[in-house]
Amino acid sequence: MSITAKGVSRRFGDFVALDDVSLEIPSGSLTALLGPSGSGKSTLLRVIAGLERPDAGTVVIDGRDATALPPQRRGVGFVFQHYAAFKHMTVRENVAFGLKVRRRPKAEIRRRVDELLELVQLPGLADRYPAQLSGGQRQRMALARALAVEPQVLLLDEPFGALDARVRKELRAWLRRLHDEVHVTTVFVTHDQEEAMEVADRIVVMNHGHVEQVGDPRTLYEHPANAFVMSFVGPVTRVGDGLVRPHDVELRAEPNGTTSEAMIERLVHLGFEVRVDLVLEDGQRLLAQVSREDAEQLELRSGQIVFVRPSHVRVFSKQ
Amino acid sequence: MPTDTLPRPTVERPVGPSPLGTPTASARPTRLLLRSVALGYLAMVLVLPVGAVAWRAFAGGVAPVWQAVTTPDALHAFWLTVLIAAIAVPLNTLFGVACAVVLVRHRFPGKRLLDAVIDLPFAISPVVIGLALILVYGQEGWLGGWLAERGVQVIFSLPGMVIATVFVSLPYVVREVAPVLREVGTEQEEAAWTLGASPLRAFLRVTLPSIRWGLAYGVVLTTARAVGEFGAVTIVSGRLAGQTETMTLFVENRFEGFDLVGAYAAALVLAGLALLILLAMTGLNRKGSS
Amino acid sequence: MYLSLIVLLPLAAVVWRSSRGGAAEFWHAATTPQALAALRLTFVVALAVVVVNLVLGTLIAWVLVRDEFPGKPVVNALIDLPFALPTIVAGITLLALYGQSGPFGVNLAYTRAGVCLALLFVTLPFVVRAVQPVLLTIEPDMEEAARSLGAGGLTTFRRVLLPTIAPAMLAGGALAFARAVGEFGSVVILSGNVPYRTEVASVHVFTLVENDDVGGAAAVSVVLLALSVVVLAALNLIQRRSTRHAD
Repeated sequence: MSITAKGVSRRFGDFVALDDVSLEIPSGSLTALLGPSGSGKSTLLRVIAGLERPDAGTVVIDGRDATALPPQRRGVGFVFQHYAAFKHMTVRENVAFGLKVRRRPKAEIRRRVDELLELVQLPGLADRYPAQLSGGQRQRMALARALAVEPQVLLLDEPFGALDARVRKELRAWLRRLHDEVHVTTVFVTHDQEEAMEVADRIVVMNHGHVEQVGDPRTLYEHPANAFVMSFVGPVTRVGDGLVRPHDVELRAEPNGTTSEAMIERLVHLGFEVRVDLVLEDGQRLLAQVSREDAEQLELRSGQIVFVRPSHVRVFSKQ
Repeated sequence: MPTDTLPRPTVERPVGPSPLGTPTASARPTRLLLRSVALGYLAMVLVLPVGAVAWRAFAGGVAPVWQAVTTPDALHAFWLTVLIAAIAVPLNTLFGVACAVVLVRHRFPGKRLLDAVIDLPFAISPVVIGLALILVYGQEGWLGGWLAERGVQVIFSLPGMVIATVFVSLPYVVREVAPVLREVGTEQEEAAWTLGASPLRAFLRVTLPSIRWGLAYGVVLTTARAVGEFGAVTIVSGRLAGQTETMTLFVENRFEGFDLVGAYAAALVLAGLALLILLAMTGLNRKGSS
Repeated sequence: MYLSLIVLLPLAAVVWRSSRGGAAEFWHAATTPQALAALRLTFVVALAVVVVNLVLGTLIAWVLVRDEFPGKPVVNALIDLPFALPTIVAGITLLALYGQSGPFGVNLAYTRAGVCLALLFVTLPFVVRAVQPVLLTIEPDMEEAARSLGAGGLTTFRRVLLPTIAPAMLAGGALAFARAVGEFGSVVILSGNVPYRTEVASVHVFTLVENDDVGGAAAVSVVLLALSVVVLAALNLIQRRSTRHAD
């Protein structure tokens, strides 16, 4: 069930949330809409869901023009950042809601709810109320609820944003595994590039209501289309007019004609990597990242003079 | 008009006992003094008068009270009150919920005006309200003549009393539901839409249950106001005993006529109802804040 | 649609009717000695009652929030009694206790004090209920911090608490004022409605209506409304000023 958005624009008063956005999401993929707050990613998701009407543009879901369809009829499942659990209903009733609306027979509902609760690993909690569940459990319930009606498309709006770091990591991996099992076209919104890189097949990087670049994680990391994408998707450090990845900054103990002199201001030990804060002769600051072994080999110390050679420097034209 | 201080379920979380053990470190004598003044004032103004109703009503024994309360006029007054409330309260509830939804979720020109108009019944004396209704619906009133030609009499009969009651008890549901509705937000409803529920169904099955305590509280307040209304109804009804007398009018009538037992007996019924209402209010307070 | 039929139309009618006889008649009706006396009494008493409420209402709210004593939940619930009890019942019970044959030997019937008492009853909950939630959200830490810096009880109250609760006090006071100015049921019983002495504006309007002087009634009503609006607007202004200074 592919999704195609063409020329979608939406503004709220003076604020332009989406500016002529066009996008293709292939069937069965797990796509992330990645960007800072205000980039329009949530708005785009809601337009796809039908929760928001675009000022211009079309949305096509599975070959059918859905632009005028209300959310009820688009066949989308939606998961909210703050769960949107029906607080006065039990977990079972929550998950069964969509099925009840479609008037499925009771036995079928019961069976399906049990199946789904198994799938999301919440088996014994069917008769609890959302208030009695943890955040992670509530979100899994929300997912089960959305999946219950077998949507063509699953949309998640910052689904792990309200959870603490450990639970977030667990659920990320879990979502990936779920997708591999269920294969529903899935789009999720996040501002966390690590999350997007870890979970998604394809990432759509957005900023100020525009799509900056679309691609798989590796392409985005190694071949960013512009400075924004490059700095958003991974760490960068500035060299003259260009940007370079800290781990592409080579460090040597001796100069060799292509290197520049720099002094180590500070060494930060980040587990198996070491971040090196450097100052060039002309006062420019630079970041380098080396493995622990390399750091030991070069006997790096604060205050030491080393010789640096940045490689893969990218210079982007001003936009 | 600052009406966001209507009786609202107050969250009863005692902030009192600090880890140090004593509820804030003020001196004991001051505390006792303040407490006695407060409680004394309350007793004088509030508690004793209510006790007095029972005391006066039963001054001559239980039998006269029962008799007074079961005369045809008294019974008629009772049922009339119930009837009026049974019309006014549901009307205002429907209106209140619709109004709250419109106020909280929509923007439109004149919203501020709507807001202010809803608060009008709070600011206007019931007597003025009665007067206004006569001016419009009375024999010489704007609409009154037109209606009279069609055989519809508003003033001095039931419709007028219902309208008066509706007017005075109008704002309560709106004012109690609106903040709750605002807090609940629209996400749950949107979730229901994505699951296939029509907007109406989503509202009924998802949103209404989530505002039910605020709504119930508003309904209780509306009922209390409707039953207790006196000023506007007295002008509009003509006070024909046995025909257009509500319980409150009955009490006054008996009182002016020196039928003290009758008056206090009916007052006792109303006070009893008031206590029930108080119980409901307190109970809903707790539910609302949990 | 519903709103206009019920609310707006009748109100417009009052204003219109009051001006039907022309400005002269309006002025005449609104300034009869009796009307003026009634209006003056109403406003003076209402303001007095509001002041009392501001002090005692805040005190009661403080005691309910910060103090512990047996039966507190009951007392807390009772505050709402004036909302639940019909005004006419309030009137006759206050009369029973503080009137001619009352057990306390006090006779407030036919007196201005009686009017005050009736109004105190019906306006009791407004300030209390307005201030309570604000007090509940103030951490005791603020008070304790002030104390640790050397402030005595009264100073703490004045400098720390008062600015925070002032807007709520004023809001509750405004509501109490609006209610007091319009109150009818309880006053009509307790005060005896002696013209020029204990007759309040609402009762005066009532009398005019009963005597078929609809134009006069409308005129006095309009004046009553106009004056209330002025006072309420003033209170609103003060409230907004104090909100700016809060925090």
